[in-house]
Amino acid sequence: MPRYLLIESRDPFDSNDTRFCCDLARQLAAAKNDVTLFLVQNGVLPVRPGARSADLTSLAGTGVKVLADSFSLKERGIDENRLASGVAAAPLEIVLDALAEGAKVIWH
Amino acid sequence: MADKKTITIAIMDAPYENARSTTTLRLIDLAAKRGYNINVFAYEGAVLQPFAAQTPHPNAVHGRSVEEENHFIPKDAIAALMREAEKNGGKIDWVNCGLCVDERGAANAIPGVRRGSPADFWQLSEASDNTLVIATR
Amino acid sequence: MKTLSIVESAYRATIEEQDDTIVWIHGAMKGAGADLAVLLRGNAVNYLVQRQDAGGLVFGDWRQTQPPRIASDLAALAAKGVDICYVAEDVADRGIERNELINSAQPVARAAVGELVGRYDRVWYW
Repeated sequence: MPRYLLIESRDPFDSNDTRFCCDLARQLAAAKNDVTLFLVQNGVLPVRPGARSADLTSLAGTGVKVLADSFSLKERGIDENRLASGVAAAPLEIVLDALAEGAKVIWH
Repeated sequence: MADKKTITIAIMDAPYENARSTTTLRLIDLAAKRGYNINVFAYEGAVLQPFAAQTPHPNAVHGRSVEEENHFIPKDAIAALMREAEKNGGKIDWVNCGLCVDERGAANAIPGVRRGSPADFWQLSEASDNTLVIATR
Repeated sequence: MKTLSIVESAYRATIEEQDDTIVWIHGAMKGAGADLAVLLRGNAVNYLVQRQDAGGLVFGDWRQTQPPRIASDLAALAAKGVDICYVAEDVADRGIERNELINSAQPVARAAVGELVGRYDRVWYW
């Protein structure tokens, strides 16, 4: 099964283009691909429950793994144990693992 | 140790302008610790990341001397990553895009950095297990 | 390996560089034998508009004699065998008429970007 890692570094408060990764993730998941959305840098800002996190929760409901970089969370004082439903904290190693495994990795 | 891989990363940001630079170094650090071979193609402003003339400074706002401030200096971080990769059986091949170097006057880079071209990026990518482009905005 | 480059960034440093540096690097890589395709999205779809004109800038007594000619550069890439596509809705959203665009670019529906991405060995995002 083809594997994709989409890295979202932008946040919906500053950019209206965060829908690109969500839309692409949905399309790829619907085509039965293994898809992970990895939020990094300000990309983690919407993961507090209610903070425009509905899109992320909805995306997780389609089978896309939605992960947030632990360091980016810590840097912004976001409690790893209080993330929006469907979002989990993860280390940056996730990205290197995906690259090593030959996944298609896209930085947005 | 994980199987040895070769990863190519293309970057574009000058130092001190965006969080992408830090995330890139974090990724390179992880790869260096795994002993991977890491190719970095530095395009546009990123050719200044390993610029040898960077110097640290004190921080008067915080009352810190040069030593106390211990300011992050990208060229030193890159040199440390090169040592880390070698220590673990890997290597960092840092290629600065030559025309980008010329127009920025950035030829004075730390040891281990070489001048290259887009053809090098393509060839490095073709010879890698994977490639990640971290473009600027 | 077949590579799809998705290009979104537009007019970032094009006057200083006298090129779009991403379009330019693709020309250089194609010259080195790369197997490439380009998908323009977001503001970068404006690069396909034929009547772009960045000429005439003067700074003191320095006159820019080689302004960027991005639509021509994309047409040249297409002529060299690089598939140039664009997200159709992004053109429409910006009020651009299809007949304003270079002839050698093909529209892709926003909903079909995933399928397009799946056709390539590598996907790079600029």
